[in-house]
Amino acid sequence: MKATHQCHAADPFDYAPVDEILERYQGQKGATIPVLQAIQEVYGYLPRQAMEYAAKQLRIPFSRIYGVATFYAQFHLTPRGENIIRVCQGTACHVRGAAKIVDALKEQLGIEVGETTEDLKFTLESVACIGACGLAPVIMINNDTFGRLTPEKIKEILKNY
Amino acid sequence: MMEAQSYRVRVGLATCGIAAGADKTYDQLVPLLAEHGIVPERTGCLGMCFSEPLVEVITPTGDSYLYGGVTADKAAAIVEQHIVGGKPVEELLALASSAATENDHFMSKQHRVLLEHVGVIDPESIDSYLAFNGYKALIKAVNEMTQQEVIKEVQKSGLRGRGGAGFPTGMKWNFTYQAKGDKKYVVCNADEGDPGAFMDRSILEGNPHALIEGMTIAAYAVGADEGYIYVRAEYPLAIKRLRIAIKEANNHGYLGNKILGTNFNFNLKIKEGAGAFVCGEETALLASIEGLRGIPRPRPPFPATSGLWGKPTLLNNVETYANVPAIFRLGAAEYSKVGTESSKGTKVFALTGKIKKTGLAEVPMGITMREIIYDIGGGIQDDKEFKAVQIGGPSGGCLPAEQLDLSVDYDSLTAAGAMMGSGGLVVMDETTCMVDLAKFFLTFTQSESCGKCTPCREGTKRMLEILERITEGKGQPGDIETLEELGSAIRDSALCGLGQTAPNPVLSTLRYFRHEYEEHINEGKCRAGVCSNLISYFIIKDKCVGCTVCAKNCPVNAISGERKQPHEIDQSICIKCGVCYEKCKFDAIILK
Amino acid sequence: MSKVNITINGLALQVDANMTVLEAAQSAGIDIPTFCHDPELTKAGACRMCVVEVAGARNLPAACTTPVAEGMVVETETERVQKARKTILELIWADHPHDCLTCEKTGSCKLQDYSYRYDVKGSPYQGEVREIPFDDTNPFFFRDLNKCILCGKCVRKCHEINGAGAIDFMNRGFGTKVTTAFDDPIEESSCVFCGMCVDICPVGALTPKQGLNQGRPWEVDKVLTTCPYCGSGCTFYLHVRNDKIVGITPNFAGPMKGHLCVKGRFGWDFVDSPDRLQTPLIKKDGEFVEATWDEALELIATKFKEVGAQYGADAIAGLSSARTTNEENYLFQKLLRSLGTNNVDHCARL
Ligand SMILES: Cc1cc2nc3c(=O)[nH]c(=O)nc-3n(C[C@H](O)[C@H](O)[C@H](O)COP(=O)(O)O)c2cc1C
Ligand code: SF4
Ligand code: SF4
Ligand code: SF4
Ligand code: FES
Ligand code: FES
Repeated sequence: MKATHQCHAADPFDYAPVDEILERYQGQKGATIPVLQAIQEVYGYLPRQAMEYAAKQLRIPFSRIYGVATFYAQFHLTPRGENIIRVCQGTACHVRGAAKIVDALKEQLGIEVGETTEDLKFTLESVACIGACGLAPVIMINNDTFGRLTPEKIKEILKNY
Repeated sequence: MMEAQSYRVRVGLATCGIAAGADKTYDQLVPLLAEHGIVPERTGCLGMCFSEPLVEVITPTGDSYLYGGVTADKAAAIVEQHIVGGKPVEELLALASSAATENDHFMSKQHRVLLEHVGVIDPESIDSYLAFNGYKALIKAVNEMTQQEVIKEVQKSGLRGRGGAGFPTGMKWNFTYQAKGDKKYVVCNADEGDPGAFMDRSILEGNPHALIEGMTIAAYAVGADEGYIYVRAEYPLAIKRLRIAIKEANNHGYLGNKILGTNFNFNLKIKEGAGAFVCGEETALLASIEGLRGIPRPRPPFPATSGLWGKPTLLNNVETYANVPAIFRLGAAEYSKVGTESSKGTKVFALTGKIKKTGLAEVPMGITMREIIYDIGGGIQDDKEFKAVQIGGPSGGCLPAEQLDLSVDYDSLTAAGAMMGSGGLVVMDETTCMVDLAKFFLTFTQSESCGKCTPCREGTKRMLEILERITEGKGQPGDIETLEELGSAIRDSALCGLGQTAPNPVLSTLRYFRHEYEEHINEGKCRAGVCSNLISYFIIKDKCVGCTVCAKNCPVNAISGERKQPHEIDQSICIKCGVCYEKCKFDAIILK
Repeated sequence: MSKVNITINGLALQVDANMTVLEAAQSAGIDIPTFCHDPELTKAGACRMCVVEVAGARNLPAACTTPVAEGMVVETETERVQKARKTILELIWADHPHDCLTCEKTGSCKLQDYSYRYDVKGSPYQGEVREIPFDDTNPFFFRDLNKCILCGKCVRKCHEINGAGAIDFMNRGFGTKVTTAFDDPIEESSCVFCGMCVDICPVGALTPKQGLNQGRPWEVDKVLTTCPYCGSGCTFYLHVRNDKIVGITPNFAGPMKGHLCVKGRFGWDFVDSPDRLQTPLIKKDGEFVEATWDEALELIATKFKEVGAQYGADAIAGLSSARTTNEENYLFQKLLRSLGTNNVDHCARL
C-alpha cells in the first residue's frame, strides 16, 4: 500500500481514503460496488482519479468500473450538494400528486431534477419508491423521510436545512 | 427493567412511522414515561400507515389500546390521561382489544401469520424475538430433521415464491439441494423495487430475525454455508436493523460457524443495492452481487444450478423466507389450511393510492379484491368512485370494477391479465387517467430497462413515445394497434421478465379501458381531466362570486375580473396547473 | 457425448446434448439470423434476432442461448417468429442512420442482409434518435456509434479474448452506449488496436480507416495469406483490387481463430511504401548499390565458402527472425547445418 502512494507523488489528489477503503474490502469477492459506495460516501461523488485507482487495485478494467458506475442510479460522477433531496416518483406517490411536489421543489430550489443548487446546498433527485407509500407523497432528505406532503409543507421542511 | 404490573408502551418506529413523526413522539415519550418508571418499546410497523404515528398502550391487565396520529404534541395527553389517569384517550384511539373502533375491519379481515409479530416485538432485540418462539423452527429443523425432510415439509406447505412469479418454493429448494457443487449460496431478494410496494421493508424493519431464521433453515436444507441479503439502498433503516439482527444471531449461535453446536455453518452478509429496479430480477441481482452491471443473463442455467459465481444458488424473496419459520412452527399441514387449492397461506399487500386506509394487510389467499379494498381498506378516499386497481407493479396489470370479486391468488390474477407481483395494490378512482397511468409505468420500465436486449431497450422507448403523443392530444388512428403489436412482440422476444412484462400495464389498460384511449385519440378528451393538453378550465359565470382567490393564485395571471364580478380565464395564457380549480370554494370552476 | 433427439422445422435430428438450439440448427444447415452471437464468446442473448418458437414455451426463446432438450420441437421461421424479428429490425431502424448508400459496411452488413431477408424497408416508429459525435480520433478505425446496435460483441472480444478491456457498456436503457471509461478518446484508453472489435461488428459502427471508399466486398479479390510480422502463423484474407491491398478480413477458421494484433490487422500500408526496398543492395565502395537476386546470392555463397575455408565452419553463424514462419526457420537451420555449423539462433531469444 505504501508504494502505491508514492506513484502519486505529483498528483494532488488525496488517495488515502481510497487506500483505506480498499484495505477494508481486501480479499472480498464482488467488492466493486461496495468500494464505489464507500468512495462516494467519502467524496460525495465518484472522482475520476479514485475510480481509476480503485480499478487498478481491484484489477478490473477502468472501462468496467466506469460501466458499473454509470449503470446504477445511486452513483454520481460530478460533485453534489450537501443535502440530497429525493422525491419519490413511485406509483403510490404518483397517484397521490407527486408531480405537484416536484414542481414545488423545483420552484423553491430553482433547479431541475438531477441538478444541484449553485451554493452546493441541495441536489434534487427522483427515486422510484422509498417504501413509505402509505404516506404518499413522500420525499427523503438525506436519510430522513417526510410523508403526507403538500406543496405548502415543502417550504417549511426546506427551512430546516 | 419494567415491572410486571406496569403499563407497557410501544411506538411503531419503521420508516413510515418515522416519516410521520414517530421518532419525535418517541423522544417526547421517553422523559414523560421515565417519571413512571416505564421505558417505551420500539417496534416495527403495524401496517396502519393511514394513522401513523402509532403508539400502543398495554394495560397491566393485558388490554391493548392502539393510538393513531400520535404526533409529539399528543404524547403528553396519552401519558397523563391513560397511564396516570387510567382513562383511554378516546379521540386518538385507532384500535382497542376491548372496545370497538372504526378500524376493526382493518385487522379482523386480515390473517396475520407473517406479520403476527411485526409491530409487537422490538426488531433490534433478539430476546424480543426469542420471547415469541423465535428460532424454535430452526432448532427443530437442524436438530430433528434431515435436509430432505426439511425440503419435504416446505413442499408440503404449498408455499410459492412471494417475489412475483409464484414458483413453488419447495421445488426450488430441492433443485438447489440436488445441484452438484462444492459450494452453495443462499440469497435473499430484498430489492423490493416495485414502486408502491413495501411489505418486504416492513418485515426487514419489523421482524428481521424471521427472515434470518428462514434463510438459515434454507441454508441447512440445501447445504449452503454462505448467504447474502441484497437490500435496496433506499432502505437505510432496514439495513441498520438487519445488521444488528445478524450480529445478534451470530452471537447467539443461530448463525455463523457450528450453528446450535452442530457442524452446520452459515455466514450471512448484506449487500446494498445501488439503485436499479432490474436488479430485482434474479440473474441481474446475482450479477450485481458479483460487482457487475445489473444485467440479466439468459436462463437456463437457472441459479439453482449455476448462480452466484457459477455455484448453485437458492434465491428467494424476503416474504418467502419469512414464511418458513411459521411453516415449521405450525406444521405444513396446519399452515396450508389457509389459502386456495393452488395458492397456500397468506400474502401481504401494500394498499396505496386513493384508498382510505393505506397500509399493509396480510390476507389469506383467495380473498376477493373487494374485501381487501372495501373491508380492510375502508373504500375509496373521499367516497369517490372506484375505477381500477393496479396489481403487480410495473409488470402487472389494471383490473376494473367488474373484476372486484376476483379471487386473489396467483392463477386467477394472471388469467385476468394482472399478476400477483410483489403485492403492491394501487387503487385508483375516477380522477386517474388510464392512459396516463400506462404512460407512467412505461416511463418507469423504460428508464429502468438495463439496455441489453433490443425489444426492451428500443421497444419500450417507442411505446412510451406513442403514449406520450396520445396524452398530449397528438394520438393518431392506428396508434392503439401499433401499441398492441409492439407490445406483444416485446412480450414474446425480450430477454428477461422486465421487458417481457413491461407492456402489461398498456395491454391490460387496453383490455379494460380501451375507450379511454379511443377518447384521447379520436375525441381529444381525457375523462379524468389529467392530460393537460386535453383539458381546459372554465369559470361558470353564474357560480362565480368574484372572490378573486383564483386570480390571486394563478401562477401565470391568466384570470381576470373585477372584485365581486364573474372572473374569466384566458385560455391562451392558462397552463392548466389546476390551482384555481382547487382553490375555488364555490365550485365555480369546471374542467372540460 | 450423450445425444438428444429434437425436431427443427419438421426435421428429426440427433444432436449433442450440450448444444444450443442455434448450434443444432446450424449443424443441419438451417440458418437462424444472429447479431450478438459469436461462438467463442460468452452467450449474451442480447439482440433477440435469433428467437424461435419452441413447442410448450410461453414466449420465444433465443436459439443462441437455449440448450436443446430431449423431445424439443422447434420452428425457426413461423409467422410469430418472423413478426418478432421484423419488429426487432424495425426498432433498430428507428434509431439508425439511413446512409447505406455510402456506408463502408454495405455488402457485409448483417442489418442490411436481414432487412432484405425479412422485407423490412424502414421503420414505422418515429421518435428520439441518438446523436453521438462521429469519432475518428485514432489512426486505425472510425467509430460511428449512431450505427451501433449494441450487440456487445466488441465488448466481449475486448475483455474475453484480447484482455485489453478498453471498452464497455455505459449508462443503461435507451442511453446505453459502448465506449471507453469516461468516454475518453480510444487512443487514451487501454486499447491496443487489435481490431478484433472492428472485425466482428455486424454493422458499420466500427470500420477500418484504411481502404476507405476503395472497393465494395464484391469488387475485391480475397487472398488468403499468412502474416509476415511474426512466427505465430496468423492467417487472413487480403482484399486486393487493381493490384493494391485495400482491406483485410481475419481468417476465423485459421489457427489463430482470427485474432490478430495491431501489426497484422492494420500494418500493411508498408507494402506499397515508396521507402520499401525492391531489390537487394550490395555495398560497393562504401555505398549501397542496387543488385539482382542472382548477384546477391552469389556474393553470399562466395563469402560463406571463403569464411568456411579460412576459419572453419564454426565461424559461420546464422540469426533468423521471429517474423518468419516455422517452416522458414526450419529451412534456415537446415541451410546452416549443411554448411557445417550448428550456430543458429533467433532474434526472439536475444
Ligand atoms: C424486473 C424484475 C424485478 C423483480 N423485482 C423483484 C423484487 O424486487 N423482489 C423480489 O423478491 N423479486 C423480484 N423479482 C422476481 C425475482 O426475479 C425472483 O423471481 C424472485 O426473487 C424469486 O423469489 P421467490 O421464488 O421467493 O419469489 C423481479 C423480477 C423481475 C423480472
Ligand atoms: S428485457 Fe430489458 S431489462 Fe431485461 S435484459 Fe432486456 S433490456 Fe435488459
Ligand atoms: S481494437 Fe482491440 S483492444 Fe482496442 S477496443 Fe477493439 S478489441 Fe479492444
Ligand atoms: S460497435 Fe458493433 S460490435 Fe460493438 S456493440 Fe456496437 S454493433 Fe456490436
Ligand atoms: S411510491 Fe412513493 S414511497 Fe413508494
Ligand atoms: S444472436 Fe441470439 S440473441 Fe443475439
